Amino acid sequence: MIRIENMYKIYRMGSNEVCALNGVSLHVKPKEFVAIIGPSGSGKSTLMNIIGCLDTPTSGRYFLDGEEVSKLKDDSLASIRNRKIGFIFQSFNLLPKFSAVENVELPLIYMGVGKKERRKMAIEALERVGLGNRIHHKPSELSGGQQQRVAIARAFVSKPSIILADEPTGSLDSKSGTEIMNIIHELHASGKTIVLITHDNNIAAQAERIIRIHDGKILDEGEVA
Amino acid sequence: MRWIQAFKMALKGIASNKIRSALTMLGIIIGVSAVIVMVSIVQGSTRQVTERLQGMGTNLINLSIRGRGSTRRVNEKDLLEFAQNNSDIIEGIAPTISGNVTVKVGNKNLQTNLVGTNEVYETARNTSVQQGRFINALDVERRQKVALVGTYIQQELFDSINPVGQHIKINGDIYTVVGVLEAKSNSTAGSADDVVVIPYTTAKRLLRNAMISSYYVQAKTPDTVEQAMTKLKDFLFKIFNNENSYMVFNQADMLESVNEATKSMTMMLGGIAGISLVVGGIGIMNIMLVSVTERTREIGIRKAVGAKRRDILAQFLIEAVVVSCLGGIVGVLLGIIFTNIIGNALGIPSTPTMLTMLISFSFSAFVGIFFGLYPASKASKLSPIQALRVE
Ligand SMILES: Nc1ncnc2c1ncn2[C@@H]1O[C@H](COP(=O)(O)OP(=O)(O)OP(=O)(O)O)[C@@H](O)[C@H]1O
Ligand SMILES: [Mg+2]
Repeated sequence: MIRIENMYKIYRMGSNEVCALNGVSLHVKPKEFVAIIGPSGSGKSTLMNIIGCLDTPTSGRYFLDGEEVSKLKDDSLASIRNRKIGFIFQSFNLLPKFSAVENVELPLIYMGVGKKERRKMAIEALERVGLGNRIHHKPSELSGGQQQRVAIARAFVSKPSIILADEPTGSLDSKSGTEIMNIIHELHASGKTIVLITHDNNIAAQAERIIRIHDGKILDEGEVA
Repeated sequence: MRWIQAFKMALKGIASNKIRSALTMLGIIIGVSAVIVMVSIVQGSTRQVTERLQGMGTNLINLSIRGRGSTRRVNEKDLLEFAQNNSDIIEGIAPTISGNVTVKVGNKNLQTNLVGTNEVYETARNTSVQQGRFINALDVERRQKVALVGTYIQQELFDSINPVGQHIKINGDIYTVVGVLEAKSNSTAGSADDVVVIPYTTAKRLLRNAMISSYYVQAKTPDTVEQAMTKLKDFLFKIFNNENSYMVFNQADMLESVNEATKSMTMMLGGIAGISLVVGGIGIMNIMLVSVTERTREIGIRKAVGAKRRDILAQFLIEAVVVSCLGGIVGVLLGIIFTNIIGNALGIPSTPTMLTMLISFSFSAFVGIFFGLYPASKASKLSPIQALRVE
């Protein structure tokens, strides 16, 4: 499903070059739950952004469902993000002026889903994360854990096959964190491929496989449990 | 479907920043209403002038003899003979002589304008008689002391009673009033109604004027006006051998020069007002650029969940166009109101034409597109991760 071959991502800042990804090769099977773990600055987010088609590599090849996406243009990438990938960010990334349900509807708008259908799907998704009674709240009227649950609802509402989570519990207390992880487990159980990025060994241990990354290189691809 | 969505999002963007949107619109509002007011007032005054010119009578040719550059003379007999010889294209000629006279009825007297002319004047100058009759050919031939009075004279000297058959003293001579002219203006002193009309033969003596230099020539039909003018010019050139000795012009010439003048006036004023529309457009661009910067993160989020370039472009472009079109609508309404107020104040009755409103409104929409395009395309080209990284 996800296959990355010899990928480099080099940031040029004036004369300096930062090699965020230094020859990464990676394979994630359908419906797998993998955790990527590594110290700060090791290139985890960079890798996730490329997997999520938010960014393109400097060199190397990336196949998603057998299609080479490393060569695609902006709009084709947008379409892949829309159909195949759901994001969960550490900082939630909700639109502050939109209510919970409007935030969840966002991917469906770009998918071209009709108004009524969209609203129905968004409410269902919010109910699934336990926020059926908060659908008209603005992000500022929700707790951090609730905001992250809205973000998760937004990530799976369009029924993508892959959920990418970049330290989803990073800015939450342990109780909210556990709730979030439970939802992620549920998503995995429902057949989604999960790529989770974390600092936390305990959270990483919940995955089927742990990939360790350091200085832009994969140290250990782990073994499928 | 997508466009309706983009439109809704744009409305939401505008609504979430009401004061800023209103201020942005202000530039467009002022621009659009200024264009409408200026153009409408100019058009209103053009219409006024045109109506006045048309009120002078149809198929009318003005001839004035200046006698300059030649020792030769032409008199009314020559011209009337010319008219008779060309009766296929010329309806008639009204020799006209005018001057200031004192009129007196009983013990009331006043200064007024005297016009000496013949029966042709009535149709040539579109003058109608409300009571009695106009001067006839016999009056002219026999130098009758008959007069028509304007409504102002009727009011002032005859206390608005029917003056037909009464006597009036003009510069001391007794005249019989044979008719009252229809009001052409507002019956005030100095207006077109402050007048007495007598036969030109009588007037020549009264004013001690041997030469008549002003003639109204009435062509048979609008189509023969040109032909009549050419004939007349030929005739006069044969006599004077000098083009400067006379002047022949018609209403069409005057209308044309009025139209020329107002056209350039409209262009100029419209242009000046148009500049304020452009300034308004720059205001939109400025605000939209700020808005794009402020909403970078929003753009990043939208792109992350699958918004394509054209989605973001449409959102921001529609936002700019909606702001400018709302401004345009308000501007049109204010333009109508101010045109009425200013038109009344200046005594120029004017209402904006549909075309003026349509053009200035479409221009505001165009301004929105033109000045919204750059910020919108800038927004659409943001890279999603860079946009998400912005705090
Ligand atoms: N836009 C950028 N420009 C320049 N350098 C960058 C950029 N983004 C990331 N980097 C560099 O690339 C390296 C990897 O960054 P990345 O964000 O992937 O790390 P990370 O593993 O996610 O760290 P953290 O755990 O702190 O989030 C870092 O050294 C960072 O400074
Ligand atoms: Mg990171």
